[in-house]
Amino acid sequence: MFKRCQHLIIGAALALGMASAYAEKVTIAAAADLKYAMADVAQAFEKSHPNDKLDIVYGSSGKALTQIQQGAPYDLYFSADIDYPRELEKAGLVVGKITPYAFGRIVLWSTTMDASKMTLQSLANPDIKHIAIANPKHAPYGMRAVEAIKSAGVWDQVEPKLVYAETVPHAAQLVESGNAQVAVLSLSLVLNPQIASKGKYWLIPDKLHQPLEQAYAITQHGEHNAAAKAFAQYMAQPEARAIMQRYGFVLPGEAK
Amino acid sequence: MSLLLTAEDWQTIGLTIKLAGTVTLCLFVVGTPIAWWLGRTASRLKGPIGAVVALPLVLPPSVLGFYLLLAMGPYGFIGHFTNWLGVHPLPFTFWGLVVASTFYSLPFMVQPLQNAFEAVGDKPLEAAATLRASPWDAFFSVALPMALPGFLTGGILTFAHTVGEFGVVLMIGGNLPGETRVASVQIYDHVEAMEYAGAHRLSAVMLVFSFLVLLGLYAWRPNPKKA
Repeated sequence: MFKRCQHLIIGAALALGMASAYAEKVTIAAAADLKYAMADVAQAFEKSHPNDKLDIVYGSSGKALTQIQQGAPYDLYFSADIDYPRELEKAGLVVGKITPYAFGRIVLWSTTMDASKMTLQSLANPDIKHIAIANPKHAPYGMRAVEAIKSAGVWDQVEPKLVYAETVPHAAQLVESGNAQVAVLSLSLVLNPQIASKGKYWLIPDKLHQPLEQAYAITQHGEHNAAAKAFAQYMAQPEARAIMQRYGFVLPGEAK
Repeated sequence: MSLLLTAEDWQTIGLTIKLAGTVTLCLFVVGTPIAWWLGRTASRLKGPIGAVVALPLVLPPSVLGFYLLLAMGPYGFIGHFTNWLGVHPLPFTFWGLVVASTFYSLPFMVQPLQNAFEAVGDKPLEAAATLRASPWDAFFSVALPMALPGFLTGGILTFAHTVGEFGVVLMIGGNLPGETRVASVQIYDHVEAMEYAGAHRLSAVMLVFSFLVLLGLYAWRPNPKKA
């Protein structure tokens, strides 16, 4: 009896050991604008790679960069721009090439006003008391928002109304709670069904700001993680591209 | 002499001190009656009210920030109240931070005061009453002077705790220079933008300041073992 138990235990331990040898975990730092799109891509990836598990942490790209520089155990870094990954490369923390994966777009969004009939000039309207944007000091979507408002020639009227949110989703919260009337968000966020049902949006012409070229990098930590490489390659596959397009991203190699 | 801090950094320090000072004054006014009642009542409500006062000690600032964002907004009950008063809505304003910090620092004022009032006890007040002092007179000329150390401790703790506030301010402040961008938020922004030199300088100022406040508090406090 005891012997049989022993066999069982050894067998179970072996099976567990085998399973963990095949299953690989990937930890990803992703820009906050990717919140819903990335979750869908990850779900599709895990379906076709049942042994791999993805852990995605969303936040501002600047914060993720700082964390990786300080040794945070991320295998992949999906930034909301291309300059931050380049910064990481300069520090020698990147394996392989920095790869652009999408171009983002920014929109005006409101739950209390019909944003689809707005332009950037409408932001000067006195009924709009507060406009929420992501903090341009460390969020690429916030930097592009400032550029677009300046290009539209309404900076002087709009600047006193700006409030600075941590990330694009935080800016959406400030509007949803009624504290700001309009926010500049990412198109990817407002195309998510949860957000889309709550308000209307207007796509800001991309000639008004620098391109939001978003790139990823495999970090030094992820160098020997095969699943991290597999997921990076998966981003260029038709399934992943279709999901990204559904969230309004323009993809590399695509006519704009 | 600028201590190598930028004008913006100094502005955040000035704002932080203004906020902490205002909140301390507000809590002297709001906290004293609460502490007085808690320290002297035999009511069954003492437990529940005491627990509510202590909540900010346990609650994550994100919970407080989330509720305050909704409550102060135009659909929340504080928002309805400010609207009825005809004053500016509270989020993204200095006074919004004052209201938020008053909740956030409430136990740091009330608990030392409550202890001080409990230590005063009934006897001095009864003695004052036999000398025909009115309850108000007894409070101001007997209880208040006897509880003065409690006021000092409560004031210092409240001030220091408000200086250290971060999460709530980030969620409801809107990060506006001169209005809601306090020193803790400015340090966070420096770090996120990888301006480590700036972050180091302002952090060092905060570290020295916090140490000096606590040093003052502990040096002043009489040592109970010697007493």
